Amino acid sequence: MNSKVADRIATGVFIAIAFIIVAILAALFSFILFRGVPQISWEFLTTPSSSVRAGGGIRDQLFNSIYILFITMLITVPLGVCGGIYMAEYAKPGKVTNFIRSCIEMLASLPSIVVGMFGLLVFVNTTGWGYTIIGGALALTIFNIPVMVRVSEDAIRSVPAEMKEASLALGITHWHTIKTVLIPSAFPGILTGAILASGRVFGEAAALLFTAGLSTPRLDYLDLNPFSETSPLNIFRPAETLAVHIWAVNTNGIMPDIREIANGSSAVLVLAVLIFNLLARWLGSAVHKKMTAGK
Amino acid sequence: MNKGVFDMAATITIEPKLHKHPTAMEIKRETILQTEDLSIYYGDNQAVKHANLDIEKNAITALIGPSGCGKSTFLRSINRMNDLIPVSWNEGKIMYEGVDILSKNINTIALRKEIGMVFQKPNPFPKSVYNNIAHALRFYGIRKKKQLDEIVEESLRKAALWDEIKDRLHDSALSLSGGQQQRLCIARTLAMEPNVLLLDEPSSALDPISNAKIEELILQLKEDYSIVIVTHNMQQASRISDKTAFFLNGSVIEYGETEKIFTNPDQEKTEDYISGRFG
Repeated sequence: MNSKVADRIATGVFIAIAFIIVAILAALFSFILFRGVPQISWEFLTTPSSSVRAGGGIRDQLFNSIYILFITMLITVPLGVCGGIYMAEYAKPGKVTNFIRSCIEMLASLPSIVVGMFGLLVFVNTTGWGYTIIGGALALTIFNIPVMVRVSEDAIRSVPAEMKEASLALGITHWHTIKTVLIPSAFPGILTGAILASGRVFGEAAALLFTAGLSTPRLDYLDLNPFSETSPLNIFRPAETLAVHIWAVNTNGIMPDIREIANGSSAVLVLAVLIFNLLARWLGSAVHKKMTAGK
Repeated sequence: MNKGVFDMAATITIEPKLHKHPTAMEIKRETILQTEDLSIYYGDNQAVKHANLDIEKNAITALIGPSGCGKSTFLRSINRMNDLIPVSWNEGKIMYEGVDILSKNINTIALRKEIGMVFQKPNPFPKSVYNNIAHALRFYGIRKKKQLDEIVEESLRKAALWDEIKDRLHDSALSLSGGQQQRLCIARTLAMEPNVLLLDEPSSALDPISNAKIEELILQLKEDYSIVIVTHNMQQASRISDKTAFFLNGSVIEYGETEKIFTNPDQEKTEDYISGRFG
């Protein structure tokens, strides 16, 4: 077989693989959306769920998902960015750094159900909080931090070395250089990474089953006091998220419209993750443009 | 610093262009930097070997030599930029104002403010022209707008850039041409009021016209600053420098008046390099 034929075969194989991947993705998406989108209505999004009757919505679950995501990112982003700064700028190459890096990688590949069980042990039982939003957010933080550290480290490392040299050569301290030169230049990358991680967190179920729980107390959306029992903002209340809801409805739901609720919820989840991804791309490039070419 | 000795030396300064036989009379200027038996290593590899150079005040010193001869390493050691490379270490001394700037307890931040550096590739920050200069000033506590405005204008004038870009101060520095970017980098270094300017092939990435402008600028800056320039361009070294050091494989082969190095070098290797036989 001559090299020209081999080249053609290789090209053909790769095109076929790419086609298969796209086809699977398209089929999955269209199936979920085709089945789910007709279920989505304003009413579906704004009524609370019902455990026995038909016609329940996903209001609380949707809110819980977004709220847990928000709390998780509030903890993860500062920690992750600081970890990334350490790995990119302060960690000296050597055994200790390699060990830290292996730990981060191991943490990243931990099955989420294991993280969930760990969360149950620590954030639910040891602390005595029971199922709480904060417990769920902390479990998700464990699950999310390696990604955030990695993304921040890569973003900081990808800032040209000349920028750093330029700042240091002017007699500026390392920390001030990190703060005013490296972080701003790395910001689009960090932002994109954070939003992509959000998509993962938003769709996570296993880590939340045993930490944030399977129920939501009756919520009063006009009660904004975060210490009140019925306030949606209370972080010490159990909260069933959308992804957990889909699992719960499918495994032990007794309402007659299980199929519709599951389909509708899945479509909402997929659309939300899709929006996160598009937002990540758009915001990342917009910020990059603004910071480099603009004023 | 012992001023007396240097003042005596300064009184017998002779204009280099006036006399025909540089060998006959050594030209004395004040010395600002002295390296004493300086060796710089990257791990086991010795990049600079026992260099003894006296860098003169208000003069342009050119470091020439083939790629990898250690001239950039030498330059980067003067403001401790080699500290950024974890495997680098050194022996010997660099004396500046009576102190060894290679010693452990030197404040490198203050040192780099005093001994500024401009790099081969123009490296403005991805910020506005104004903020490129204000960046370091703000770090040093200058925050009043009026004062910043004044220093920005003054620095850009010194770098011969003000007239070209005074209407574009708030445009991105990346929108400037390569030559303008490099002069902006010089301006931002001048804003720190350094004593010594280290230039690492400052015009090698630029077109001939920008190159000529940079050379003209460097000649002007000699009035107020002591300049050390690494260059691959031998015409450039002979055009602008007062003294030239020829590096080969980490050693200083010859150091002396530029005119002498380029017309009547003592070492055969220098002559071979100058005449383009290698390198």
